[in-house]
Amino acid sequence: MPDLSAYRFTKTHEWVREEGAGEAAVGITDHAQSQLGDVIFLELPKVGARLNAGARFGAVESVKAASDLYSPVAGEVVAVNNEVVTAPELVNQDPQGQGWLIRLRVDGDLPSDLLDAAAYDSFAQADSH
Amino acid sequence: MSAEMKTVPLDGAHRALGGQMVPFAGYSMPLHYGSIRREHLAVRERAGLFDVSHMGEVNVTGPGALAYLQRLVTNDVAKLTPGRALYTVMCHPDGGIVDDLLVYRDQEGYMCVVNAARHDIDLEWMGQCATGYDVQLGDVSADTVLLAVQGPQATGIVQSLAAGEALNSIRYYHHRFGEVAGIPVRISRTGYTGEDGFELYASAAAADRLWSALLEAGRPCGMIPAGLGARDTLRLEAGFRLYGQDIDERRDPLSAGLGWVVKPAKGQFVGSEALAALAGAPPRAFIGVRLGPREIPRHGQPIYHETRQVGEVTSGSFGFTVGAGLAMGYVEPGAAVPGTELRIQLRADPPQWATAPVVALPFYQRPES
Repeated sequence: MPDLSAYRFTKTHEWVREEGAGEAAVGITDHAQSQLGDVIFLELPKVGARLNAGARFGAVESVKAASDLYSPVAGEVVAVNNEVVTAPELVNQDPQGQGWLIRLRVDGDLPSDLLDAAAYDSFAQADSH
Repeated sequence: MSAEMKTVPLDGAHRALGGQMVPFAGYSMPLHYGSIRREHLAVRERAGLFDVSHMGEVNVTGPGALAYLQRLVTNDVAKLTPGRALYTVMCHPDGGIVDDLLVYRDQEGYMCVVNAARHDIDLEWMGQCATGYDVQLGDVSADTVLLAVQGPQATGIVQSLAAGEALNSIRYYHHRFGEVAGIPVRISRTGYTGEDGFELYASAAAADRLWSALLEAGRPCGMIPAGLGARDTLRLEAGFRLYGQDIDERRDPLSAGLGWVVKPAKGQFVGSEALAALAGAPPRAFIGVRLGPREIPRHGQPIYHETRQVGEVTSGSFGFTVGAGLAMGYVEPGAAVPGTELRIQLRADPPQWATAPVVALPFYQRPES
């Protein structure tokens, strides 16, 4: 399990992880993939797309349902994880590691209202019931 | 007011295996044990072990049993000899489907196997229809476990636990009493996946022993436990209807494409007059549509032909073997000819449509061995 101290989380179950050089990776949480079930495909943005914090940047479709994806931060998409396009099950198997979805060049700082791991955990537990 | 959640005898085993338990038909059941995709593919490539003990089993005995069943169901029960089974529906007088079920014939009588979600309603209905017949109905559901071993390796796995039985001599939709892992079982060559395999009926007291023995016997060739999620994607690929989604009291078997289980020549049965009136021109036709790999249809979505809505999706999901979104549903008969291009509305806001032609069911057929 990756060191979660570097992660921040949204209430829409995305995570963001600063990678240095002003870039950050984004994906969905383990809680999210567990709720969604087997991921069948993802709709992801193109490299170069500009996102605002909270903007819809794509969707994940599972056996159970389709779910929109919202960007935790503002920035420009610099990479899209092609591995999850060809093997969407990676998102279920390693959602916070190999199952990352996009990398952004971040505009400014991370929003202050993102949750840390402990706060997200409490939020996700309450969300399940 | 909330109903109490029932559990099947193998509840503990499912949890120990990492089963993701969900409510289904009033029972806590395993949706999957880690991945629906993995379990679906295992069944098609090797084997899967399903616990479907939530289903209902009702014995039908007495001198009037055949006459009673002939009135109750649409298919011709008289053609069953001991050791055979048939698939049928039973209808209301208006032709609406009460349930779909299997009817088994034994030396001493019959057994009906009904959907878990319809258990109470079916027992009530079967009881009502028994008036005037010298017949006894015995609900043995609570004392019966039903395990399905499905996949190309299924016969070998069960055979390894049943030295005294020549399982290959049990043909499709035939059954016999025997022993598996030393446990008395009804061995039935039936299933709901489109693969070869057996359904094993045993006493609930033997549940853990039978389940463990099968899991162990299947381990060397890669059989894994499979849950209701895979059961649904497998049956969808195989074109099997699901009560509550594809068929219900508002649908008649002719519209549902189940005319092959309706045998008016056998004599009157509940609903026979209504079905005879529909026979020339059923109001709807049941169809299959195969979409693209990134288009997943869902129950309830509208189906259009050109500019008009002509029907709706009743079963929609993703077929992991065929690699496509799959829909089954009903349309006006004029739009049901294979090749007719239909549009399914996948999303309302923003609107998103999938266009694909009607195809003949099933979507998947296992290779002839």
